[in-house]
Amino acid sequence: MIRSITQKKTEEELDQLLTGIARIFIIGCGTCVTMTHTGGTPEVTEIKEKLLKKGKLVTGDLVLPVACDNLTAEVLHENRSKIDLADGLLILTCAFGVQTIARQVKKTTIPGLDTLFIGKETGLGQFDEICTQCGSCILGETGGVCPVTSCHKGLVNGPCGGTKNGKCEIDEKKDCAWTLIYNRLKDLNRLDLMKRYQKPKNFQREPRPGKYWLTPT
Amino acid sequence: MNKKSFRETLESGEFTITAEVGPPKGTHIDEMFHHIDLLKDKVHALNVTDNQSSVMRISSLAVCQIIKDKGGEPILQMTCRDRNRLAQQSDLLGAHVLGIRNVLCLTGDYITVGDHPQAKPVFDLDSAQLIHMVKSLNEGKDIGGNELSGSTDFYIGATVTPESKPIEPQLLKFEKKIKAGARFFQTQAIYDIENFRRFMDYARKFDIKIMAGLVLLVSAGMAKYMNKNVPGIFVPDNLVDELASTEKGKGLAKGVEIAGRMIRQLREQKICDGVHIMAIGREGVIPEILAAAS
Repeated sequence: MIRSITQKKTEEELDQLLTGIARIFIIGCGTCVTMTHTGGTPEVTEIKEKLLKKGKLVTGDLVLPVACDNLTAEVLHENRSKIDLADGLLILTCAFGVQTIARQVKKTTIPGLDTLFIGKETGLGQFDEICTQCGSCILGETGGVCPVTSCHKGLVNGPCGGTKNGKCEIDEKKDCAWTLIYNRLKDLNRLDLMKRYQKPKNFQREPRPGKYWLTPT
Repeated sequence: MNKKSFRETLESGEFTITAEVGPPKGTHIDEMFHHIDLLKDKVHALNVTDNQSSVMRISSLAVCQIIKDKGGEPILQMTCRDRNRLAQQSDLLGAHVLGIRNVLCLTGDYITVGDHPQAKPVFDLDSAQLIHMVKSLNEGKDIGGNELSGSTDFYIGATVTPESKPIEPQLLKFEKKIKAGARFFQTQAIYDIENFRRFMDYARKFDIKIMAGLVLLVSAGMAKYMNKNVPGIFVPDNLVDELASTEKGKGLAKGVEIAGRMIRQLREQKICDGVHIMAIGREGVIPEILAAAS
C-alpha cells in the first residue's frame, strides 16, 4: 500500500510556528502517520503534554481515521465546539491531511510534520520512494525498476560514473538503480531494452500542479 | 605548438594532450592566468571544468574565453546538474559565437557532494541527451526541433569510466553516447595499463577517439584514498608501493615520474589516442610531466 512518509518538525520550529497561538486544537491521523509513529494517538498525547507544560491551552484533540478522506469534514463538524475555541490547529498529519482540514476549517493551520515522499514500506520500519509520479512511465523498458526515482540524478539512459560496486557514490546504503536495472534485464534476456535511447522527458505531459478529470462516459 | 586545432590534431591520429583547468572560487584569477600562460602552448587544448565536484566557481564559459584571449584552445565542459535544456543551449550558442569549438558533455556530480548541498539538482537532461542536443545544434536545430538562424560546429566529447564496477552497464551507456554523436572520449583516471588495454581492445571497434585520463598522484595515501572512496578509480598495488617507498617530500616528484612514464607508454605503444592530465591544483608541474613523458 502506498503511504505518505512524514517526519516530525523540530521543537524549535514548532515553537516558532506556534508563537502567539495560545489555544490549540490538535489533530492526528489513524493511517500513514500512525504507521510511521509521527501523528498517531501516542504522538498526539505526547505533543499535548508538551504544549501544556509550555503554558498553552489545549482545547481538544482528535485522531481522524483517514485525514485526507472526505469524511474528515463530518468529523471536524462533530468537534466544532472545541475547534471553535482554538486560535489555531496543530495538525500531525501529512500535507494531504493538512490541506483537507484547512479547506474545511477557518482557522490558522500549523503542520507539525514535514511530508517527505509518497512511499512504500519495503521492510519492517523501512520506507522507500519508488515512484515520483512523473507522468511518463518507462518501467516497461527498465525491468520494472524506476530510474527516474531510484537514481539520485534521475538518469534514464544508463548509469553515471559514480557506480561503486553496485552502490551509489553519494549513499553507500542505496543501490545503484542502473545496476539493478542491468541485472534485471540480463535475467530477462532483454538487455536490448537498455540500448534504447530514451528521449528527454516531456515535462509538459502533466505540468505541476497536476489536475485530471474523469471524462463522463 | 602547431596551429592545428584540437579536433584536427586528434582526428589526424597525432597523439594529443590536454590538461584540466579548474576555475577558482572567487575573483582572484592571477594563479589561473599563470597556469594558462604556462600550459597553453604546451598542450593541444585546455579543458575547463563546470562547477567541479558541485562546488560553485567561475563559469567554464568565462574561463574558456580567457583561454582563447590568451591564444590557447579551450574545451568547454558542460554538466547537466545546474542548467535545464534552455540554459544549456543558450550557453552553447554563446560559446559558439565566442569561438569555442569543443564541448565535453558530462552528467555532473550530484549536488550534495559540493558546497551548495541545499540547491535544487536540475538534471533536466542526462549526458547522452546532452550529446544528442549538441549534435542537433550542429545540424541547425534546437532540441525542440526549431530551426536555428545559424548552426553550431562543435567537436563533441564525452566521458567513460573504464574501471567502473560493474562495467557492463557503463559500456552500454558508452555505446549510447557514441550513437548520440560523441566523437571523442576522455576517461576517468586510469592507472592499470593492462586493464585499460583490454578496454581499448573493445573501444577500438568504434570510430571515435579515446583520451586516457590521468590524475597526478602525489602520495600513497592519496592513491589509497582514491581506491577506497572514488568510484571508477583503481590504483594497482605496484604503484601504491612505489609511492609508499618514496623518500619523504619526494611524493610529487614520484607522481610526476609515474605520470610521465604512463604517457610515454600509452603513446609509444599506441594504446590510445591521447591523454588528459588532471593535476588538481598542481597545474604548475604539468610541464615537468610532459618533459618526463618525452
